[in-house]
Amino acid sequence: MKFYGLVDGREASLRYFLNSLSGVDQVGADSRAAMLGTRSIKTAAKKYAIDLAISMIDLTTLEGADTPEKVRALCAKGVRPDPSDLTVPNVGAICVYNDMVAVARKQLDLIGGAHIPVAAVATAFPSGRASMAVKIQDTEDAISAGAGEIDMVIDRGAFLSGRLMEVFEQIQSIREVCGERAHLKVILETGELVTYDNVRRASFLAMLAGADFIKTSTGKVAPAATAPVVLVMLEAVRDFYQMTERRIGVKPAGGIRNTKDAIKQLVLVKETAGPEWLTPSLFRIGASSLLNDLLMQRMKMQTGYYSSPNYVTID
Amino acid sequence: MTTFEYAPALESRSIVNINPAYGHFINGSFAEGKHHFPTLNPSNEEILSQIALGGSDDVDAAVDAARVAYESIWSKMSGRDRGKYLYRIARIMQERAREFAVLETLDNGKPIRESRDVDIPLAAAHFFYHAGWADKLDYAGLGRAPHPHGVAGQIIPWNFPLLMLSWKIAPALAAGNTVVLKPAETTSLTALLFAEVCQQAELPPGVVNIVTGNGQTGAALVNHPGIDKIAFTGSTEVGKAIARAIASTSIKATLELGGKAANIVFDDAPMDECVEGIVNGIFFNQGHVCCAGSRLLLQENIAEEVLAKLKVRMAKIQVGNPLDKNTDLGAINSREQLNKIQELSTVGDAEGAERWSPDCQLPATGYWFPPTIFTGVTQAHRIAQEEIFGPVLSVLTFRTPAEAIEKANNTPYGLSAGIWSEKGSRILWASQKLKAGVIWANTFNKFDPASPFGGYKESGWGREGGRHGLTAYLKAVDEDIKNGGENE
Repeated sequence: MKFYGLVDGREASLRYFLNSLSGVDQVGADSRAAMLGTRSIKTAAKKYAIDLAISMIDLTTLEGADTPEKVRALCAKGVRPDPSDLTVPNVGAICVYNDMVAVARKQLDLIGGAHIPVAAVATAFPSGRASMAVKIQDTEDAISAGAGEIDMVIDRGAFLSGRLMEVFEQIQSIREVCGERAHLKVILETGELVTYDNVRRASFLAMLAGADFIKTSTGKVAPAATAPVVLVMLEAVRDFYQMTERRIGVKPAGGIRNTKDAIKQLVLVKETAGPEWLTPSLFRIGASSLLNDLLMQRMKMQTGYYSSPNYVTID
Repeated sequence: MTTFEYAPALESRSIVNINPAYGHFINGSFAEGKHHFPTLNPSNEEILSQIALGGSDDVDAAVDAARVAYESIWSKMSGRDRGKYLYRIARIMQERAREFAVLETLDNGKPIRESRDVDIPLAAAHFFYHAGWADKLDYAGLGRAPHPHGVAGQIIPWNFPLLMLSWKIAPALAAGNTVVLKPAETTSLTALLFAEVCQQAELPPGVVNIVTGNGQTGAALVNHPGIDKIAFTGSTEVGKAIARAIASTSIKATLELGGKAANIVFDDAPMDECVEGIVNGIFFNQGHVCCAGSRLLLQENIAEEVLAKLKVRMAKIQVGNPLDKNTDLGAINSREQLNKIQELSTVGDAEGAERWSPDCQLPATGYWFPPTIFTGVTQAHRIAQEEIFGPVLSVLTFRTPAEAIEKANNTPYGLSAGIWSEKGSRILWASQKLKAGVIWANTFNKFDPASPFGGYKESGWGREGGRHGLTAYLKAVDEDIKNGGENE
């Protein structure tokens, strides 16, 4: 059924639906996220969480200075995060700019990472300030170069000025371009939406328009994936599942740099959306430096001491 | 491990050093007790220590010591100097916070997360707050240089042992009174550790005296002729007995008694935070909270949705070893209290309410009760009227805002209430109509030393905390003269 039968594709029904969602009390959401941050994850649970977190990483490089060699190195790291220990799982995806997709795809296929998707940021990332024609072409280019996942940005300006239908239609258009060829992640850029009410409404808007994943941030705006924002988004996917029986994924990105933060994310997932979401197909963490911290902690759990950073490869 | 389950994360108990037996703390040192009774760890029924059973001679000695300290030192000391002692005590409590937290959890059964993050920090905060008042009593609203009462007899409950001690002792000392405090029978250990803190802070002997024991010890204290002021927190039944005992005397009293708070959810509530608030309202501290939100009033058109979400959330409550840092719901404090909770729950079944608890593995030893809700409850059910003082929530519905207020106020109690709505005007309207001493909007069980706490009707007399609580330990000079006081 179109739009899950929840809206009819007209502005009035979309607006009505989003306004009918219950509000989010900021103080309450903050304190719930803070309380979950006190969970103490030790021993076997920590070991399990570290490997789970590694398998959920969208290993990312999004810089003007990216080169083919840099991207190939990232691919190698993603396939075998620790070359001295092959029990370490591979990451969830390699996330790059549009023009690096072909390089990444080719390299992954070459080194035994054929099963690892390449995620491309698209639609005039990170600002989203371009014509629709450009955004569609951007997406089309990425998919034809081999991207299996598209991380699109929404037009925050349109959302904040109340042009909800414009945002909705843009996501729909990109959804159509992706079709069955690529998974669609919709970046809300929660740091620019600011309020949790906006985060909740934008989450539902993106899901209704066809997102497979909702993603917090581009990583270019602070604050990015704060615990309460991820909490609100996890509540949104949980409620959406209740309405539609379809599970949408969540991807926090930006600011998750160490093992402790990553494990806090997993606790949020477990106690909010539920354990069904604790899989790379429904939860990803967009990060670059996080992987090495997870590897260091993993070594520490095995050997009992912290090794020098020189024992962890830089990518 | 094939799923993400939390491994045990136990707080170490090696930081606490529990003596095999304790005496009373009188006149700055520990006196040997004659008779003793055991204090248990309610999570596994292990005997932690032997506590002295105070008799009337122990109470006499403590009141005498308090009187001497009052007349010779404490009432003559400048407020500024009294404040210095209170600041010192507050700082030591913070320094020894982990020790207090572990000991509280062992003796009371509450989760270490709560004793660590709520009880102990708030207890220290009460001393800091009242330390600041000690040299500013002229501004308490009673005119220039108000007088203390003299010797305060204080009796505290077992649900927040150290925190209730702070609520009592900090304002009393700041105002210039000396105290004799009797901790609850099942939870004396942190009060005795506090006695050590008084020694460490070099508080003059006799300013704080602690006599341990049972209800008879408490009765001896209440009926002692040397007491000028009584502060009691506990059951309404005992509160009434105290009120009768001091009738026709000049003894002042503050009583903080039971409650059966309504937590009212309107259909425009912030849904997820409201579910959190319901959980926090009734399952915080195993529901051993006089201001617990034990009656949930749901607007009928959202009742089903809220209950569905509440059940999902309740299934995630971690019940178990209180020393585990991930535990949300700990042990029931005593066999006696467990029996009472079981008895009232059985009454709930018999009266036709529908009982629900999530699947949870309760430990084999110790006193445990699962998080429980009763739906289909009406005002005519006993579980909607009587205080259960456990992790048991009675769920009622209402159709209109006026009906919600009517039901909320239809109780002999009036300690606290909660309102959940995103509409500011409705919150203001409801809070004016509710007859309760503390009203929370879009939150629950929030405490602060600056905020007065206390009840309407059978929930008590007077307030504790803030300027209002402080004035219960003071009297205006003209009032003192009128009563023929000897403090002028």
